[in-house]
Amino acid sequence: MSNGARNGLLLEGVRRFGAVSIFLAQLLAQCLPSLARPRLTVHQIYNAGARSLIIIMLSGLFVGMVLGLQGYNLLQRFGSEEALGTAAALGLLRELGPVITALLFAGRAGTALTSEIGLMRATDQLTAMEIMAVDPLRYVAAPRFLGGVIAMPLLAAVFSVVGLFGAQLIGVQLMGIDKGVFWSQTQASVALRDVNEGLVKSLVFGVACSLIAVHEGYHAEPTAEGVGLATTRTVVASSVLVLLLDYVLTAAFL
Amino acid sequence: MTSTASAQSVAPAADVVVEVRDVDFALGGRPIFSGLDLTVRRGRITAVMGPSGTGKTTLLKLITAQAFADRGRMLVFGQDLATLGGAGVYALRRRMGMLFQNGALLTDLDVFENVAFPVREHTDLPEPLIRRLVLTKLQAVGLRGAAALMPAELSGGMARRVALARAIVMDPEILLYDEPFVGLDPISLGFILRLIKHMNSALGITSVVVSHDVNELASIADDSYLLSSGRVVAAGTPAELRASRSVAVRQFMTGSAEGPVPFHYPAPDYATQLLAEDA
Repeated sequence: MSNGARNGLLLEGVRRFGAVSIFLAQLLAQCLPSLARPRLTVHQIYNAGARSLIIIMLSGLFVGMVLGLQGYNLLQRFGSEEALGTAAALGLLRELGPVITALLFAGRAGTALTSEIGLMRATDQLTAMEIMAVDPLRYVAAPRFLGGVIAMPLLAAVFSVVGLFGAQLIGVQLMGIDKGVFWSQTQASVALRDVNEGLVKSLVFGVACSLIAVHEGYHAEPTAEGVGLATTRTVVASSVLVLLLDYVLTAAFL
Repeated sequence: MTSTASAQSVAPAADVVVEVRDVDFALGGRPIFSGLDLTVRRGRITAVMGPSGTGKTTLLKLITAQAFADRGRMLVFGQDLATLGGAGVYALRRRMGMLFQNGALLTDLDVFENVAFPVREHTDLPEPLIRRLVLTKLQAVGLRGAAALMPAELSGGMARRVALARAIVMDPEILLYDEPFVGLDPISLGFILRLIKHMNSALGITSVVVSHDVNELASIADDSYLLSSGRVVAAGTPAELRASRSVAVRQFMTGSAEGPVPFHYPAPDYATQLLAEDA
């Protein structure tokens, strides 16, 4: 790659980062005023949260079951299969819960947010609001952003709980680990710090995924192709950013 | 051609709602307006006509301060748009109503809530009063019975009438119509025409109608402007425009193929291009 092209790419990256940061600042400034209409935010928590519950619970169950199988198989080699509860709980709470929930959120709720806002842009609904002297950032963007940020930790918690149940299903019911040992080991090894790590991660992912989804929709080219492209960008950018942030946060917590 | 000055200069300042003076505007490097002059007077229906792509919709964007002139002055209600801040623009917009080409109704709200939307956002009126206000406006556009329908259940003409009810619910002083006749069947078109006239005569709302439907506009407009190549090429009453002897005006008013607007988009010589591609 030539120097010029590299500089251009860098400049474009910085420009995009700047644009998203300014958008985040504008969005945050509108979050409090948007709470004057709490119904809007509650509706968005329902859209992003409650309507993602089935996919989150199903995924959580299977991820937990796989964790049970792989964990049991691995721990058995060292004769310490009772530690399965600990392994599953820590893995789910600190990593898999927040990360997989965020990836699923980007695919389900994030794309829905982007295409909805993008279509509102394409059909002049956002412009109509501006002409009616209603700030679409306050009425449309902020409640959706808040909804996503609030829903994400809740979904991650549900994911971890169902996942742990899945691991227990395999370890205790199928492989015959003692139920009491499984749970007491889990209880003894999971500290509040681990729960907090997952909570902080899912909050950060919630901000990142919701911000990207709302930003892409809000600035989508007002055409069918433009909205499609924006939706794709939401999934790609959210997924990469979640994995990157996960590394940074994990490093920070260790 | 009627003198561009005749329709503009007679209006006293207090009578002027929108004043566009020597405005230049370019979009993405492409000049849209150069030296645009136009006046909208209080209580009148002003038609802005012109071929597609002459910036008619852009003019509405300038009036509503969605975009700002590169040069020249844009005065709305006597205020210079360039000097208004964000709050000033929002305050100004509360005195305006705009009807979008496709209605631009909020798709997640039903008809009633769409019309109630500006009222709920800008006032603290009690619910019974909002209900009466919305029903009155819906009655005015003949759609009181459709209050519970969702926008997706409306025909194009009905959606535009609901949008009109929404545009007038805050009793604006000026109403801007963006291509209100596009894609309507003759009956819906007649409804919209009568409504525009009614809003103007009964409520005294100043109206700016942007359209290329010459005949429809001529039946309701008090003043008309014909835009071409980024400037006003003719101004006057619709009758004056019809009587114009300018070739540009005549081509537009009669839809003739003869005139300054060519059928062919600029292209290299036909024969040369054909032969070159053959080789």
